Amino acid sequence: MGIRVENLVKSFGRTRVVDDVSFEIRPGELVALLGPSGGGKSTVLRMIAGLEAADSGQVWLDGERVDHLHARERQVGFVFQHYALFRHMSVAENIAFGLSVRDVPRAEQRERVDTLLEVMGLRGLGDRAPAQLSGGQRQRVALARALAPRPKLLLLDEPFGAVDAKVREELRRWLRKLHDEVHTTSIFVTHDQEEAFAIADRVLIISAGRLEQEGSPVQILDDPATEFVARFVGDVNVLPGRVSGDQVHIGRVSATVSGLPDGADAHVVVRSYDLKFWREDAGPGTVKRVTTIGDRVRVEAWLDDVQAPIFAQFPRRSSLLTGIEVGCRIAIEIAHARAWPVADGDARRLGGAA
Amino acid sequence: MRSVRRRPRGAAAVVFGGVAVWLTVLLLLPLGALVVTVAGSAQDVLTQLTTQQAFDALALSLTAAIVSIVGNGVFGVAGALVIVRQRFFGRSLLDAAVDVPLALSPVITGLGFLLVFGRSGLLHPILDALGITVVFAWPSVLLATLFVTLPFTLREVALVLEEIGDTEEQAAATLGASAWQTFWRVTFPNIRNGLVIGTTLTTARALGEFGAVLVVGGSIASRTETATTFIHAAIEERHEAAAYGMALLLAAAAIALLWVLQRDRSAITTQKGGV
Amino acid sequence: MNAATSARLRYALPALALRGGVVGWLSLIVALPVVVLIVRGLSDGPAAFWSAVSDPAAVDAIWLSLWTAGIAAAVNAVVGTAIAWTLVRWDVPGRRLIAALVDLPLAIPTLVAGVLIIALFGPQSPLGKLLVSGGMPIAFARPGILLALLFVTLPFVVRAVEPVLEELDPAEEEAAFTLGAGQFLTLTRVLLPPILPAVAAGAVQTFARSVAEFGSLAAVSGNIPHRTLVAPVYILGEVEAGNPGGAASVSLVLLALALGMQPLAAALARRGGRA
Repeated sequence: MGIRVENLVKSFGRTRVVDDVSFEIRPGELVALLGPSGGGKSTVLRMIAGLEAADSGQVWLDGERVDHLHARERQVGFVFQHYALFRHMSVAENIAFGLSVRDVPRAEQRERVDTLLEVMGLRGLGDRAPAQLSGGQRQRVALARALAPRPKLLLLDEPFGAVDAKVREELRRWLRKLHDEVHTTSIFVTHDQEEAFAIADRVLIISAGRLEQEGSPVQILDDPATEFVARFVGDVNVLPGRVSGDQVHIGRVSATVSGLPDGADAHVVVRSYDLKFWREDAGPGTVKRVTTIGDRVRVEAWLDDVQAPIFAQFPRRSSLLTGIEVGCRIAIEIAHARAWPVADGDARRLGGAA
Repeated sequence: MRSVRRRPRGAAAVVFGGVAVWLTVLLLLPLGALVVTVAGSAQDVLTQLTTQQAFDALALSLTAAIVSIVGNGVFGVAGALVIVRQRFFGRSLLDAAVDVPLALSPVITGLGFLLVFGRSGLLHPILDALGITVVFAWPSVLLATLFVTLPFTLREVALVLEEIGDTEEQAAATLGASAWQTFWRVTFPNIRNGLVIGTTLTTARALGEFGAVLVVGGSIASRTETATTFIHAAIEERHEAAAYGMALLLAAAAIALLWVLQRDRSAITTQKGGV
Repeated sequence: MNAATSARLRYALPALALRGGVVGWLSLIVALPVVVLIVRGLSDGPAAFWSAVSDPAAVDAIWLSLWTAGIAAAVNAVVGTAIAWTLVRWDVPGRRLIAALVDLPLAIPTLVAGVLIIALFGPQSPLGKLLVSGGMPIAFARPGILLALLFVTLPFVVRAVEPVLEELDPAEEEAAFTLGAGQFLTLTRVLLPPILPAVAAGAVQTFARSVAEFGSLAAVSGNIPHRTLVAPVYILGEVEAGNPGGAASVSLVLLALALGMQPLAAALARRGGRA
């Protein structure tokens, strides 16, 4: 099922949580809504499902406008953040619920429940009560329950937020695999960029109620549309710079940028892997800390000219690391950077998100 | 969960002794005195309680209790759903109005009903035209009992609704369930315990209501006399045996209901602990 | 667009119908009697209202209700807190029995509570005879009124304080001891401050209930004007004497008290909950 969302707006009291959001999702896509907590992603999802009414704007499912339809008539599968399993029903009854309210014959219900239990790795747990299951199992029951009536669209609200890190990893891989098998158009909400990039075909970044950027994970990483996205995605340095022609100068270090007015103050966003450090006694930085994390080494330094920290990551055996130790001075080269002019109030808006 | 309790020592032992004496004098001794008194005149009590008048009084009390259980069961669930799940202007006023029956003196309740349904009451012309007599007839007893028991089921159910939240109901909606299906298959099983507790409280209050049914029903033997107004009349006519016998019967019923209540409450606590 | 609007209305209809039913029933059975009572109490003009409430018998009845309620609230504040503390902190023999006894007055009909007190202290009982000959009767006298009030209001302070005490860490009390604080200091500086709002909430509830109490007092007080006639019984007398206007006027005084107490108790309970 394809989805089109046009100019959605929603306020709770005086706060506008969704502010003119529009996007389109093609049939069979697996899309992530990514952004900081409280940014309005879940509200968008709930409006698509019909659990929340939009103040204005339109939702189209398969070319049909559905704003007037109740949640029960939209045939949308929804997986809730905290499972929302029916606590007084067994696992099997939970999964069968969507079929039984549609008066599907009992034999057919049984068959579908058995299949889903099998697919979800829940075989033998059909008679358990939800309270007797682990978090990961409950989440899979919630997913099975949503899939049972064969929805044309599957919506997942922070689906793995309530389980521990290891189970989350497993569920992620498993959701991707499931999607590759059944191809139900799916949207999931997450505040975890690793999760979004690992699973989704396409990522929509939403912050403060607005859609900041949409694109494939690679597009978003390599070509952030806004300063917010650049700062939100990946391990980044944000450095104070001044534009001069097609260069931006951060003290004695400089990088190539384009399209910025000459002489403007700018925020320079540099990813930790787009940097080179090497030992040089007249260099602009001083190494403060060297940490080895698995196969990578993280080097933190201080830029004396602009009084700002900067960090970079290198492969463990990189020749660049030769002679680098705490207290030594280093030269810095920026291979790739993006810069945005400093605007009034910017610092405050972006401060929390970085 | 709870820290380990210790046996009281020192000042705590003195406090405990005081508590024990207090409860004994205030509750246990009077209860014992009633039992002893009734046992001392068992023959007389039995005769007085097997009269038609006593039967009629008990029957009316039971009827009022059943009507209240059913009526306030339905109203309590509906009211709790409206107060907990709906948002609208005037909701907090509605919420406060539910507790008014708890705050009013029963006599004032009775007087209010007299002024609305009585001979010179506000609705008298309408009721008269329809040929309905409320005051000093059995409908008034039912109405007054419905009033004084109104908050119990509603409050218990509201408490449960508040606690379970509405995500299960939302989940049911996304799975295609109608409002009716959602209520019976998802909401109702969840509030059943609250409903049972509310019903127990309603029963106890309905059997025990005195002031309001006295004022509005007039305590007419075999017509508007309930178990409590039967006791009142017996005291006034110095039929001590009848008064004490009926009082013991009601006290026993109260203790039985209390026992049921404690059992249900602890069942809920264990259930919560299990999840 | 038109279809969308009508569809929204169709979904909202069951919820609106439910709300309408609840509001309608509450208006009929709760709001209407209260409003009519207020209107009737004031309808004969301020002079009539004033003469009804300033009748010496009415003044004495209201005053008696107020001061006995005040004593009941004060006594229960102390005793109720002690009972709650005993139940929560100490492993006392018969804990479950005590817990059940505290709830008993909620289940026992209030008139039966009065009968229980007469059974123990009434002029026909051995103890009652002794008390009468000793010149200090309890039944049909003011001590009987107090005893009945203490009986029916026993649970309020206990049930208000219990959950708050439950939340408190007993380590705080122990810490105070290890810091060298005596038992008195521990009580006044560590234990009492956090539970005080809850105690006050329970006391306010006790007071409100005592002023409204009818059933038990109708049985034990003897109803002697100017001496043991409490306000609700006075109102009943006015109703039976065919003076509903005067009864409504005096009712308004109690109604104002009751409705004023309700938000006060709720506010105190909320403060207690936060502490």
